[in-house]
Amino acid sequence: MASHQPDRGQRGLPGGKPKYSAFAIAKKAMNYHQDWQRAWRDAAPKDEYDVVIIGGGGHGLATAYYLAAVHGMANIAVIEKGWLGGGNTGRNTTIIRSNYLWDESAAIYEHALKLWEGMTQDLNYNVMFSQRGVLTIAHSEHELREMSRRVHAIRLNGIDSEILGPAEIKKFVPTINIDQSIRYPVMGGFLQKRGGTARHDAVAWGYARAADDLGVDIIQNCEVTALRRERSKITGIETTRGFIKTPRVGCVVAGHSSVIAAMADIRLPLASRPLQALVSEPIKPILDTVIMSNAVHMYISQSDKGEMVLGAGVDKYNSYAQRGSFPVPEHMLAAAVELFPVLSRLRMLRHWGGIVDTCPDASPIISKTDVEGLYFNCGWGTGGFKATPGSGHVFADLIANDRPNKIAAPYDLNRFRTGLLIDEHGAAGVAH
Amino acid sequence: MLIINCPHCGPREESEFACGGEAHIARPLAENSISDAEFADYLFLRDNPKGLFLERWRHSAGCRRWFNIARDTVSHEIIEVYPMGALPRKKDALATHAASWRRDTAAEKAAERAAQKPAQKPARQKAAAKKAPGKRGGK
Repeated sequence: MASHQPDRGQRGLPGGKPKYSAFAIAKKAMNYHQDWQRAWRDAAPKDEYDVVIIGGGGHGLATAYYLAAVHGMANIAVIEKGWLGGGNTGRNTTIIRSNYLWDESAAIYEHALKLWEGMTQDLNYNVMFSQRGVLTIAHSEHELREMSRRVHAIRLNGIDSEILGPAEIKKFVPTINIDQSIRYPVMGGFLQKRGGTARHDAVAWGYARAADDLGVDIIQNCEVTALRRERSKITGIETTRGFIKTPRVGCVVAGHSSVIAAMADIRLPLASRPLQALVSEPIKPILDTVIMSNAVHMYISQSDKGEMVLGAGVDKYNSYAQRGSFPVPEHMLAAAVELFPVLSRLRMLRHWGGIVDTCPDASPIISKTDVEGLYFNCGWGTGGFKATPGSGHVFADLIANDRPNKIAAPYDLNRFRTGLLIDEHGAAGVAH
Repeated sequence: MLIINCPHCGPREESEFACGGEAHIARPLAENSISDAEFADYLFLRDNPKGLFLERWRHSAGCRRWFNIARDTVSHEIIEVYPMGALPRKKDALATHAASWRRDTAAEKAAERAAQKPAQKPARQKAAAKKAPGKRGGK
């Protein structure tokens, strides 16, 4: 795990970028903060790259960073049709946890969580990773029993997880309503203390800066229009900024995966759905953890700015519109107000939707394809943010070595033919 | 919020409906003779187009009947509502139906044959499935 952490010393990043530190802030203040270096270059596309990553979100930038940092590749480009982190990386509710039921899921999400724990140091960028705990609530006897089974499975995988009763929950989260008379009363819950939140933009920016430092070209406002192939082998990509020659393409475009796949006549078992979230006006601290509820489809945390951040399940029909329909937030807010009556007169500030690529078994696809040199990392559905570093780390390994490592292997596209699904629908801890 | 014109009840809000995903998927009739890949296509692969999409909906909080919709997944515009078992009439929707890779699957062809010649059903299905093992057209 430590192998990818280069020795930064005190001077700066390995590629020569000056180091961010409290001392640097004080020093730059003398000059009214006018001479900060750009965090990454605004690169123009070169004619040829060894690897092109399509998609400049957290997963794509992490992939590029680990390709450079772990696998020593230098000639890499990240192509983004909009701006960095403007897709689902900037549209999620930033929850991080690794308390999944199945071994395959535990392996990849725990791999990610361990990378989260060192990410700020690794990237020399404060991603504000806050291990404030993630508490998932059960609202019925049955759910509580299923939950304890899951907790045992999670603990067998060496991941921290514990069951709390209603009184313990009330002590942990004083603002919650544990009155047994409500429609979906709090019967108990399970807590992962190492879970928490991070600042989503900082993740994209931190990976972008560290990747750029290692020579990765980050090309924004550049949309892929076609994939060029010769005898089922990738030879390059057509973009809105011209043709780029490359033998290897890693596709990490979330909701648009099916669109890119269609350019190579590949069909993926994905459905693109809107996932909505909203934030309230900022208030004083009332919630210092993350609360999730599977049964009433709601999750809530409080940002460092004081906004309540809320999310729910996906909309029920396919869409590429980056907006959802109103019944979903209405349902989510009804659940939030019942569990937290203190929120009832809070005004909502912003509301948005992102397009997530959901898989039939609610697990991602990290896979080679029938086209040589074309790799897909998609299908993260509603839970991609938490996996960002782990996803990038194993995907970089897949691209560099042209074979999946132990963690990535179960996520092969072939599992839909062999039947070796990783069915996390009910077990994931949140509605998919 | 979509306003969906239920063919039986008239225009209602989307919260009364359930979406059943891609329409016009034929179940493979010759289950024993088709390949795993083809059965996986039937089970798991769903079209996920950016643009016009033909899908099934059910008026679950109303008449509870199924019907088909041709809807744009970017604008959310519903261009046609048509009954189960029928093809759309609008030109664009009909072209979407014809262009789908599913039209080339053995399952679909077997289903077509079965519909045309019900008397010779079992023998025909197996032959059709064997002729095109795992064929997935590039349309």
